[in-house]
Amino acid sequence: MSAPQVTLQSITGVDVELRIAGAGSRSYAFIIDWHIRLVLALAWFVVATMLYAGQLMLLNAADPSWSRGYMLAVLMPALAIYFLYHPVLEIAMRGSTPGKRMAGVRIVTRTGDIPDAGALLLRNVFRLVDSLPAMYLVGLITVLCTEQHVRIGDLAAGTLLIVDRNESASSFARITPANSALDPQAADLIHELLERWAGLNQETRGKLARSLIARADASASAEQLATLSNGELRARLSALLNAGPNP
Amino acid sequence: MSSESGMQAWLASRVDTWRQLAPQLDALERNRNHTAAEALQAIELYRALGRDLSIARRILPASRVTRALEHSYAKLHAIIYRKPHDWRARLRILFREEIPEVVRELRAPIFWVTLLFILSAGAGWWLVSSYPELITLLASEQMINGVERGRLWTEGMLNVAPSSVISLKILSNNIVVSLLAFCAGIFFGLGTFYIVATNGLMLGALFAFTHQHGMAGELLKFAMAHGVVELSVICLAAAAGVMLGESLIRPTHPTRRESFQHAAGKTSRLLLLCALLLIGCGFIEGYLSPDPEFPMISRVVVGFGYGIVMIGALTGHLFGRKRPAAALA
Repeated sequence: MSAPQVTLQSITGVDVELRIAGAGSRSYAFIIDWHIRLVLALAWFVVATMLYAGQLMLLNAADPSWSRGYMLAVLMPALAIYFLYHPVLEIAMRGSTPGKRMAGVRIVTRTGDIPDAGALLLRNVFRLVDSLPAMYLVGLITVLCTEQHVRIGDLAAGTLLIVDRNESASSFARITPANSALDPQAADLIHELLERWAGLNQETRGKLARSLIARADASASAEQLATLSNGELRARLSALLNAGPNP
Repeated sequence: MSSESGMQAWLASRVDTWRQLAPQLDALERNRNHTAAEALQAIELYRALGRDLSIARRILPASRVTRALEHSYAKLHAIIYRKPHDWRARLRILFREEIPEVVRELRAPIFWVTLLFILSAGAGWWLVSSYPELITLLASEQMINGVERGRLWTEGMLNVAPSSVISLKILSNNIVVSLLAFCAGIFFGLGTFYIVATNGLMLGALFAFTHQHGMAGELLKFAMAHGVVELSVICLAAAAGVMLGESLIRPTHPTRRESFQHAAGKTSRLLLLCALLLIGCGFIEGYLSPDPEFPMISRVVVGFGYGIVMIGALTGHLFGRKRPAAALA
């Protein structure tokens, strides 16, 4: 099943297509962010407590060592890091966070724009409901049940979480290989196969390589290709990208 | 020329332009003060990218190149359609125009929520007056024992923790209660009603319990300076929550989602003012309310004075809102 998309009309007449992130990408981004904010908050707490009290301890209001300084320098910043991580970073990073960036997702408005601070704050306020009763159960159920995989905070703020994997400039470079006679689609597929070569099992990569070589090089016969080893197939694919066509 | 060669020639002619896209888009996204020439250049880039994407979708469907172009095109679309950024003007409009407008629309929910709060407080008073043992359901054992020994739980607060700490704790608690009263409106308003009713019930019950031990005056003295605004803000946030619930029960837009989004976006502006008012309440509750040195009269002045400030903020007059010309005529 293909991922749901949102299509936006633009003044150029060419629609903007945004792929909606599913529950998996969303949860993955959240888990990364949760670990980052937990580690940051704990790191602050440990370092500040060591500097303040000379040893690691959790003071409460009844302790004689408790003071305004401990509250303001140790506890409050640690709590602020944990609880304000999402709203602050989403505003500062224009709808993204380190976790979302790593998971390849980003927040946009329903019209594809960068959301303003008000929308991002509102989206975060509704975490109070989305996190009920525990472990974001309400939010997760809403994401699974809604067509555009949004939680209640997104419904309120009019935002979407979209797939935002930044295909690098190398994507552009590899469709214009040295071999000018090579079909750009085939060049793209050969690049992809070579990139994923180590991750594929021997039989699959052999089958794909033979099929691509047969498509790109008319002089290669099926019998000839069947005799080639995996290493030779790989070398042949590289040669197809870099050299001119076989005579 | 074969179709492959033609395609290659086109790609070769465009690839250098595409390689420049990432840094160009990053620069456009980072900077918010573009010149007219830069804006025109961005629009030209948008058109060119649209043309390229259209061709790429046709000749290289589902390829990484097309995906990369889709990504750049969507990013540039977001940059071009980004709203103008003038936070001073935005705040001025928010406090002078938008929040008073929301408050006007919320007049009926504010009235009903306040009535519910008062009735719940009355019910709490009656319940504890009639069945004193019910206080064990609403107050902690420590609070009950303290009052029975003639000591209010608010006494000596300043000896336990400094004022700034008390202020911060109270502020964060009040903000969470107000936000919860707002967000709980998603359950068709019932969650908001529940929060308002339980808060009212608790307040009434505590006053009845302290009254039974001759300490209601002490509790009123403690609550007077901050209570006026604090309770009003909870009622305001709850009224906003009621509007959320109403947007789901009686949608104002073609779909319930749109109606909910519209109501949430509109009423959430009021929450910003509520949060600011609660900062003042936290400050008063941390520094002034627990201090026995402050006489009742000064507490009344602070409480009602802050109440007037709140009304000024809600109507926009505190931020320089002028009366509409039609109203003056």
